[in-house]
Amino acid sequence: MSDVSLAGPPARFRPATGESAGARWAMIVIAFTGLAILVFAPLVAVFVVALADGVAASLQSLASRDARDAIRLTLTIAAISVPLNAAFGIAAAWLITKFDFRGKAFLITLIDLPFSVSPVVAGLCIVLMFGANSAIGGWLVANGFPIVFAMPGIILATMFVTFPFVARELIPVMIEQGRAEEEAALTLGASGWRVFRTVTLPNIRWALLYGVLLCNARAMGEFGAVAVVSGKIRGQTATMPTTIEMLYQEYLSVAAFSLAAVLALLALVTLLLKTALEIRHADQLAATHRH
Amino acid sequence: MGRPLIHRSPMPGLGLSMGITLTMLSLVVLLPIGTLLLKGANYGLAGIWETVNRERVWAALYLSFRLSLLAAIFNLVFGVLLAWVLVRYRFPGRRILDAAVDLPFALPTAVAGISLTALYAPNGAFGQLAAEIGWKIAYTQWGIFIALVFVGLPFVTRTVQPVVEEIEREVEEVSATLGATRLHTLRHVILPMLTPAALTGFALALARAVGEYGSVIFIAGNIPLVTEIAPLLIIIQLEEFNYDAAAAIGIAMLLISFAMLLLINLIQVWSRRRIGYV
Repeated sequence: MSDVSLAGPPARFRPATGESAGARWAMIVIAFTGLAILVFAPLVAVFVVALADGVAASLQSLASRDARDAIRLTLTIAAISVPLNAAFGIAAAWLITKFDFRGKAFLITLIDLPFSVSPVVAGLCIVLMFGANSAIGGWLVANGFPIVFAMPGIILATMFVTFPFVARELIPVMIEQGRAEEEAALTLGASGWRVFRTVTLPNIRWALLYGVLLCNARAMGEFGAVAVVSGKIRGQTATMPTTIEMLYQEYLSVAAFSLAAVLALLALVTLLLKTALEIRHADQLAATHRH
Repeated sequence: MGRPLIHRSPMPGLGLSMGITLTMLSLVVLLPIGTLLLKGANYGLAGIWETVNRERVWAALYLSFRLSLLAAIFNLVFGVLLAWVLVRYRFPGRRILDAAVDLPFALPTAVAGISLTALYAPNGAFGQLAAEIGWKIAYTQWGIFIALVFVGLPFVTRTVQPVVEEIEREVEEVSATLGATRLHTLRHVILPMLTPAALTGFALALARAVGEYGSVIFIAGNIPLVTEIAPLLIIIQLEEFNYDAAAAIGIAMLLISFAMLLLINLIQVWSRRRIGYV
């Protein structure tokens, strides 16, 4: 652009495309200030309040029985619901991208449905279906397998809110990759399972990891849906987020914020890994994550 | 229709993937939602209307929607600006800024809730500043607005960013060559290209805000008729074992969510027709 002019750029040269330096810097400053107030400040506040009485007090509260029970339960819930949702995501993405059938668009809409349902409504649905007053729930309780106010209910609620995560990451990647490689492997005589393991899985592993990361972060942090179905029984059905609420309402601010800081660290690690994936394996992620 | 239900394909695993998909989808999502709708059908439209048509419920629904709309509008403007800055400009700290946009997705809502409350409460860092000019934020509708801005922040940026990346510079150059000022190009060439994606992000942020619970209840103060959000009403009814009323409010919210989902799909269809990508 500028090298076209033989006399060199005029004193107040402005490129034809792109904003003036002033406008550019004004927008960058607005972006930084906005995110500093809206995002960084709350993140920093979690750690400031958690460490208000010193590191020792914070660690001590994390070693308390309530905190340990909550951490154990949350890890258990994630360890069950995330692999189940990953399995669902792989199956759904395979079905949607490898076959042509009527109603595919409708199926995708149904898979995305949990994103537009309030977590509280999701919890309510599970209580109505499996609660002790419902037909199924009553029968299950009578046979010693309660779902609501017990672990199965929390797992169902967690799976509901994280349901689309893995499928959403895999579908665009698998559409882009097409079916040619799998078809070639089949022609060469590989079994269906072998094609999936040696051709498809290596192609989708980073997108799968990406989806699992997001799914796990949400699974460990889910509050609304779990609050409705869990009954928040200490030592039994109180997860990390619901325990944070209980501690906070008992004005145990250091304890509440220390547990919150653990979840905030998890969020930071998730973001770090996610960004690393976006930088190193961009070509194997959904196109919207490449920048 | 002459189309077969399922096209023949050499790919293996149709039965298995279809079986897993439909079983899990039904068990986890469809049957629970179906139970709620069935409950509503038994209760009848009149029954639902009777429950919903109370001052406290209307106030909560109106509050949830008004503040969600305002927060989504704020995020629409800020999100487009952020997407533009992140894609078009190069400056130190851009990667960190880009990653920070996703923090509201990654940070659990209960954590965001107590942390925002700590910041904006009268004795908090921002709350004290605001109190000096007589502005109360936490435990008022301002607090709810801020929490809803937080949870909806990433949507618009993340839907607009890929579109900004795809804009061909030639388009802008042509506009400039034809004598348009930069502002004119932004307003009449760039903005129309971003609108469909921005609206999709706006609708997603709105839907998320309407159903949001965790980040709001701590900062809201939860005063009936003033700062009580719709999802909280469901929780209150459930705690009183008032399942019919909880279901009625739940159905009202569900129908509103479905309407928004339809809106999102219509916007996407419209934008595809207009632009050809997104």
